[in-house]
Amino acid sequence: MTGDQLSRRGVLTRLGILFNGLMAVVLAIPFVGFILSAVTRGRGSGYRSWITLGSASQFPEGETRLATFRNPYVSPSDGKTADTACWVRHVEGDRFQVFAVNCAHLGCPVRWFPQSGLFLCPCHGGAYYRDGSRAAGPPERGMFEYSYKLENGLVLIQAGELPTPGMASARVGCGPCGGKSPCA
Amino acid sequence: MRLISRIGKWFDQRLQLAAPIKEAVEHPVPRSTASWWYIFGSAALTVFVLQLVTGVLLALTYVPSAAEAWNSLQSLNHEVTLGWFIRALHGWGSNFMVAIVLIHMVQVFIFGAYKYPRELTWVVGVFLLIMTLAMAFTGQVLRFDQDAYWGLGIGASIASRTPVFGLAMVRLMLGGPIIGGPTLSRFFAVHVFVVPGALIALVGLHLLMVLKLGINEWPMPGRIVRKATYESEYHELTRKDGVPFFPYAVWKDLFFSAVILAAVAVCAAYFGPFGPTGQPDPTIIQTVPKPDFFFLWLYALLALLPPSMETPALLIGPVIVIAFLIALPFLFGEGEKSWRRRPIAVLSILLIAVALRTFTSLAGFSPWSPVMNAWSGEPIPAKILLGRTALERQGAVVFQAKQCHNCHALESEGGQRGPALDTVAARLTKDQLIRQVLQGRGNMPAYGNSLNPAETTALIAFLQTLHKPGQAPALDASRVGESSQ
Repeated sequence: MTGDQLSRRGVLTRLGILFNGLMAVVLAIPFVGFILSAVTRGRGSGYRSWITLGSASQFPEGETRLATFRNPYVSPSDGKTADTACWVRHVEGDRFQVFAVNCAHLGCPVRWFPQSGLFLCPCHGGAYYRDGSRAAGPPERGMFEYSYKLENGLVLIQAGELPTPGMASARVGCGPCGGKSPCA
Repeated sequence: MRLISRIGKWFDQRLQLAAPIKEAVEHPVPRSTASWWYIFGSAALTVFVLQLVTGVLLALTYVPSAAEAWNSLQSLNHEVTLGWFIRALHGWGSNFMVAIVLIHMVQVFIFGAYKYPRELTWVVGVFLLIMTLAMAFTGQVLRFDQDAYWGLGIGASIASRTPVFGLAMVRLMLGGPIIGGPTLSRFFAVHVFVVPGALIALVGLHLLMVLKLGINEWPMPGRIVRKATYESEYHELTRKDGVPFFPYAVWKDLFFSAVILAAVAVCAAYFGPFGPTGQPDPTIIQTVPKPDFFFLWLYALLALLPPSMETPALLIGPVIVIAFLIALPFLFGEGEKSWRRRPIAVLSILLIAVALRTFTSLAGFSPWSPVMNAWSGEPIPAKILLGRTALERQGAVVFQAKQCHNCHALESEGGQRGPALDTVAARLTKDQLIRQVLQGRGNMPAYGNSLNPAETTALIAFLQTLHKPGQAPALDASRVGESSQ
């Protein structure tokens, strides 16, 4: 048996495997970091920022109207997908409610029916009252609500991320909190 | 001829492939397997190759950018010569591939082919099914239109229900905070590189195992699979009653593959490509997103499950199904192969088929969704309004104006979210009607805040006219005496 040869080549082979394994681990760290960047970049309120929906006067008191805004966080290839719609309800005076169009069930776009005072979802039949609370259907909660504030006659909302049922911050409904930054 | 033969020899001297290929195609198979029932696997492979070819062709024009994808699809449909046909082939090829893979799986299950020693072939097949479905879903996303956009929203909403990691799953899936450029790019990478690469590797492994282990013999009642004896019995069978795969069995595979290719081509030429529907612009909310055919059953299921069961069903259901499919050959690796002796297996397939068919057809007219334009687009049938008082007709106006018709049908017109109201006056008394309208119950919202007393009075008066001619209206038992006095 050529014991010397085996041990010398065996050791070198093992060292070779070890080196490759080491390099695999070293390279895996940036690979994983790259893949997870979409998750980690938005830590805290990284993706969210205050954005204007325009003058408060374009939302008549007692009515609910569709407003659109460009998502504050965009990438170069977003195209129209970064344009976002939301429902603005001017309750009275300084009190507003700004709802995401995304149904709290599975995210389909809900439509406002002023005559019956309901938001209806076309996908699975979710329905909400004018204040965004759940009326009927599969959603287990009310509509997603953006934090808002009024500054210099402008309505600003804190937006930047697609509202989904798993988003803890979207669960916060601000309710009546005057013109001041309600959820800050 | 001599020249061709010499060129062939020159290549084979260097490639050394002729002998193993000859051995592979001429390996003996049980005579009973040269059957029309054994053609679905090869047909799936043929369609897969078609998908690879048409996929590469589409990639020559398609732009995987959220800003450009929709325009590049329009260009394929209308500008690029035969672009519409390549898109149609790829879309119809996708539908055929899912269907054939499912049929292949059912055939393998019914014929007991997953049993010893072909457990791993089955397990690899389960992953091939998952990947085929993954290709169908990601492909639907690449057709970047309104359905794709809102389909992604539904996917994100499902992902967000993951406990603890919900938000992280959404961002990982979307590649950022919203459905946008990075979302399409990563679905493109998955659809074009990741899954096809894995599919090619696993299809190779799947085929290798079929060759090495031999094609499953025709199951005979009473011929029991035992680990100790199966292999020698199988070899005995192929030795005594075997035929070379080529040409005894292969001609049926070849014919069926050609028929399938022809069917895909005819569908593509006749029906054309799928979509794209409207632009993926999230500010256009007048849309009713629906998934592609093979996910319609899931769309129906999500509407019909009780809300409390949805999240567990979405997150745990697939895990259980996949775990069961993988465990199947290990749980039932021996015993009877014949469907004549496996009633539960046959009934399970029938049950699943009926359930999927039912859910799919329900999704076709989605009775759980309000008909969004019934209040403005579907008038109350005139005969219901004949001979009514002014108040009752005013109630009919309220019925339309308050969108009652979106959820409630009259004479089969309107939504089916709530019960049809053709005979509601015979079911509910006046007081019950008022209570139901103002306070709501079950799936009905309360209208107390959006109806004034005059509207309510008129609406109830109209609803009380809704019964068959001569049918008695519902009576409140406690007031029967009062009304008769």
